Amino acid sequence: MALIELKGIARTFQLGDTTVNALADLNLVIDPGEYLAIMGPSGSGKSTLLNLLGLLDRPNAGSYLLEGRDVTTMQPDELAKVRSTRIGFVFQSFHLVPRLTAAENIALPMTLAGIPAAERVKRVAQALLDFGLENRADHRPDQLSGGQRQRVAIARATIMQPALILADEPTGNLDRHTGEEVVRLLEELNERGVTLVVVTHDQALGARARRQLMMEDGRLQSDSTHLPPLQGEGRGGDGLIAPISNPSPSPPPP
Amino acid sequence: MRLPDILRFARDAAIGYPMRTSLSVLAMSIGVASVVILTALGDGARRYVVGQFSSLGSNLVIVLPGRSGTGGFNPANAITSTPRDLTIDDAAALLRAAGVKQVAPLTAGTSEISVAGRLREVMVAGTTASYFPIRNFELGQGSALPEEDWGRGSAVAVIGNTIREEMFGNAPAIGQLVRVGDRRLRVVGVLKPVGQGLGMNTDELVIVPVALAQAMFNSNTLFRVLIEAKSREAIPQVREEVAEILKQRHRGEEDVTVITQDAVLATFDKLLGALTLGVAGIAAISLAVAGILVMNVMLVAVTQRTGEIGLLKALGATGNTIRLAFLAEAAMLSAVGALLGYLLGQLGAFALRQFFPVFPAYPPDWAVIAGLSTALGTGLLFGFMPARRAALMDPVQALMKH
Ligand SMILES: Nc1ncnc2c1ncn2[C@@H]1O[C@H](COP(=O)(O)OP(=O)(O)OP(=O)(O)O)[C@@H](O)[C@H]1O
Ligand SMILES: [Mg+2]
Repeated sequence: MALIELKGIARTFQLGDTTVNALADLNLVIDPGEYLAIMGPSGSGKSTLLNLLGLLDRPNAGSYLLEGRDVTTMQPDELAKVRSTRIGFVFQSFHLVPRLTAAENIALPMTLAGIPAAERVKRVAQALLDFGLENRADHRPDQLSGGQRQRVAIARATIMQPALILADEPTGNLDRHTGEEVVRLLEELNERGVTLVVVTHDQALGARARRQLMMEDGRLQSDSTHLPPLQGEGRGGDGLIAPISNPSPSPPPP
Repeated sequence: MRLPDILRFARDAAIGYPMRTSLSVLAMSIGVASVVILTALGDGARRYVVGQFSSLGSNLVIVLPGRSGTGGFNPANAITSTPRDLTIDDAAALLRAAGVKQVAPLTAGTSEISVAGRLREVMVAGTTASYFPIRNFELGQGSALPEEDWGRGSAVAVIGNTIREEMFGNAPAIGQLVRVGDRRLRVVGVLKPVGQGLGMNTDELVIVPVALAQAMFNSNTLFRVLIEAKSREAIPQVREEVAEILKQRHRGEEDVTVITQDAVLATFDKLLGALTLGVAGIAAISLAVAGILVMNVMLVAVTQRTGEIGLLKALGATGNTIRLAFLAEAAMLSAVGALLGYLLGQLGAFALRQFFPVFPAYPPDWAVIAGLSTALGTGLLFGFMPARRAALMDPVQALMKH
């Protein structure tokens, strides 16, 4: 079963009397364990697509199946639950809560989910080790470097062991070397089976992904899984490359 | 999200913005403190007056010449013209009524007292020996007025302690002669000093037999008749009987007013109670203002933390969790403010009591409870709107504001 299945997705914004088609007739299938880069010029709809995938936004038309479930008809509280347990976000500007320490920021999704404190402490300690932050546990974000902040954000995105990590320009605010480090971390997560979707302007970074989507004007311009890019047709990740390079990825434990 | 986590989160958020937090806590505490202090003042006044009235004596029924239309206590009674005199014999007749323990006729006027060239104006009360136990007067020296026929009026006087000091200094007063008006009277007793009370100051009083006072002031009518009932329960019956006896003696005319101390007390009690309530109401307005301030502070908080709200939603917080977090923060601001205000108010009331020891400035329990719960209530009420706004925020829009 595909992790994500988008069919005929449209997302429009009303700006005065003009209608902006941020996404139009978009079809996409993403299998579990894929590593996918979304690229395209500014304003082409990459962030809009990512927000939709992350259930932060709803399409105006089309259907979205996440792990086989139709999420377009879900109530806000159900969506929150799915976000909490299945999806992790990594943002360009880190989005850490400034008054909380690194450890508390990492624990935040578990706190929100009502996981007992003892369990939180255990998991945060492990995450701090995994991401090389064990000496920074009690530092607040303004006492951390950009790379460290993004590592805290990635630790936070993975602490609930989600099936899907969505990253919108995760290296946009970092220098090349630090950005490289962060990408390595994300790729390691993917190697352990987490599906990774990265939005980026960086050609080199995009090229590292096993699958590239090019967007233009709210449409999929090309999908590297298809040797000749198919336009306007409802086919997605059932192409040639992804299944071969991803034999049978197992979703992480819930 | 678990409750302790919500509380901790709200607390950290409040501490994270010390300026706005201390502002709203301050506003709330001023509101609560003013409720506590103002009601302490109002209730203190009530207690003070009630206490003074109670010191007049217990189980009192008082007869005033002249009729009051309502039958209740009316200060205007004191100056109503009298159609028929209230006489010493009237007062004596009241001893017949069942339930009456003792009766004291009272006539009053001002005169001059002089001893060996020292002279001053005094209040003269003409009454009988029974007046002393009825009013709980205690003697510092000598004895009270003699038990004698009320119509006789021996030439004796009991004087207040201030009068004694001014007239005799350190010299003995008992047995000395003083001149009051045009009479020469022998001092038989000196009242114990009591200090300033409501109405008459007994330290500056000269008490003489009632017949003597009437002759001195050339009047036949009494100013008051004080009656002590045998018990509190007997008061209504005594009141009726007294009215009936005087009506018979005055040829069927109800030309006197009979009041009970209870009624007077109740009137003042009610009056000053209402005053306290009014003052509390005014103070409560400041609580509402504080509540609105908390609301504004929380609205600013929601705007300031829009990005954070978006993040919380992205991390899986439900609308309910976010609403609770902001409500908890508003409740915390109000609760801390209310508590601080309560302490400030109690401190203020304590200071009042230190400066004015006679004035029992204790805030009544109802005011404290009402003040605290209004503070919490308004905090929650006005915290609701900002919390709702936060919960309904669109996550994508919110995340873009960072
Ligand atoms: N809330 C909104 N209201 C109106 N228009 C919007 C809104 N959000 C996005 N758009 C429009 O939708 C289109 C796609 O925006 P989107 O943010 O997805 O672009 P992007 O590919 O992420 O661009 P960038 O690379 O600059 O981040 C743009 O034309 C943008 O102006
Ligand atoms: Mg974007």
